[in-house]
Amino acid sequence: MLEFDVRCRVGSFALDVAFTTGGGVTALFGRSGAGKSTVLNLIAGLARPQSGRITVEKRTLYDSAAGIELPPHARRVGYVFQEGRLLPHLTVRHNLLYGNFFNKNKNHVVGFDQAIELLGIGHLLERRPGALSGGEKQRVAIGRALLANPEVLLLDEPLASLDAPRKAEILYYVERLRDEVRVPIVYVSHSLDEVVRLADSVVLMSDGEVLGTGAVRDMMSRVELRPYLGRHEGGAVIEARVAGQDLESGLARLEFSGGALEIPDVEALPGEQVRIRVRARDVSIALARPAGLSIRNILAGTVVELAGDEGSSLDVRLDLQGTALLARITRKSASELGLRPGLPVFALIKAVSIDRRSVGYA
Amino acid sequence: MWSLSPAETTALLLSLKVAFWSVAASLPVAVALAWVLSRLSFPGKSLLDAVVHLPLVLPPVVVGYFLLLAFGRRGPIGAFLEEYLGITFIFRWTGAALACAVMGLPLLVRAVRQSLDAVDRGLEAAAATLGASPLWVFASVTLPLILPGILTGMLLSFARSLGEFGATITFVSNIPGETQTLPLAIYAFTQVPGGDAQALRLCVLSIVLSLAALMASEVLVRRATERAAGRDA
Repeated sequence: MLEFDVRCRVGSFALDVAFTTGGGVTALFGRSGAGKSTVLNLIAGLARPQSGRITVEKRTLYDSAAGIELPPHARRVGYVFQEGRLLPHLTVRHNLLYGNFFNKNKNHVVGFDQAIELLGIGHLLERRPGALSGGEKQRVAIGRALLANPEVLLLDEPLASLDAPRKAEILYYVERLRDEVRVPIVYVSHSLDEVVRLADSVVLMSDGEVLGTGAVRDMMSRVELRPYLGRHEGGAVIEARVAGQDLESGLARLEFSGGALEIPDVEALPGEQVRIRVRARDVSIALARPAGLSIRNILAGTVVELAGDEGSSLDVRLDLQGTALLARITRKSASELGLRPGLPVFALIKAVSIDRRSVGYA
Repeated sequence: MWSLSPAETTALLLSLKVAFWSVAASLPVAVALAWVLSRLSFPGKSLLDAVVHLPLVLPPVVVGYFLLLAFGRRGPIGAFLEEYLGITFIFRWTGAALACAVMGLPLLVRAVRQSLDAVDRGLEAAAATLGASPLWVFASVTLPLILPGILTGMLLSFARSLGEFGATITFVSNIPGETQTLPLAIYAFTQVPGGDAQALRLCVLSIVLSLAALMASEVLVRRATERAAGRDA
């Protein structure tokens, strides 16, 4: 558990951030310049706050009132930097063992062999960082941080400098990490895809302040946060159970409280929980259940609220028997349909609009 | 004609000994000075920088004379060292090494400082988050990364020591077998009638020595650079 409550000023940039995380993955989400990386640096002791308090697992790292400020090497924080920062003069093996040397007898997060297996880096051990690809470097950097037996793992946009296939590769390993290792993770990102796939909770940041915190599902359906979550990418997150895979059509049948969905290319077995992001712009609204339509997913629900800026479109929040869904439609359509809170409607979602990137394991 | 006379051998070995010890003794001082100049900011930093560089621009005879004043028998430092530690610099080979160390110091400091400035501070921060205290970070990250700079600096200051003349002759005089290094021996031969041939032999020896040092260091620096850059050497 990480408790963070800090005020800090660097030049003209002021930061005033407070949040608490449980276990699992907490995403620090926001545009670049929001102060996300600064928060990680403050936790790791690489930047100095003006005042506040930081504790990890009840251990105080910084407390201005009590005059406590641990130096970075005593904080036991595993930091995976955007650029990896492997030590160039050491082999992969010695990079991995570097932090382990200083924290040998602390309670083990992972063993050496387990870390290698988890991250798939066994064949790289005798190489030097200069001979590794971007994705391999990041995996080694994650392993190195884990082997230092940290009490919290900080990941600073570990995918930012990678191309799309490498991103998918690292995401897979971070997912394994989340599921197989007990260390809480703070994950900085400005990509909604990553947040939805990985995170349990989100801290939404803008201009050095926290706009909101909460579970991924709740945060994504809060219409007032839409401008900060990305105008075109935003949408609700639905947690569902895989009910079956139809190999012939390539469609998976997912069930959740609001009904069932058919989605292509879901790499999960029946019975597993997945998390799907349904972009608001991919959801249409009908007053009556339409027939003779190619759209496979038609879900019944009621309008909860309409919100939006002064533009030509607005966001409609729907309630599907307890699950929130967002639809982005034109203002004109909304008035022609006479949408108002409480009105029963049908939400239409094209199966192909939900691609592989929008699905993650819950 | 290619074998060295006993006197020439003495001068050669003395030169090597003086150069070795001058580099060895000035290295820790130079690394510390370079670190202070590269990493700290404090009032008077530019003055310290200038003082370190003085031997580069002053006439060597001035440096030698100040060493004589400070480290001579009645000099403030010389008297103290002789009385309490039994160390004498004046008219000894150790004095020649001291003169060479002072003359070579700016070259060593400059080379080390430049590579310190080039070190990615992010790597040091990363090492700190992994549990390395500042001293460990310096020993296990900074030092290996600046090794090429240290080697370059050591070579420059070694070569400077082999060629040092003015400060040495002013401080510890020209005593065969004790303070007479190669340049001083060459000078001595040019001062006696008929010494031209012997002076020339020693000149050739100096050239061979310097070339060998340059080439050896080139190999060392290349290896260290590859290592520090993380390529498989």
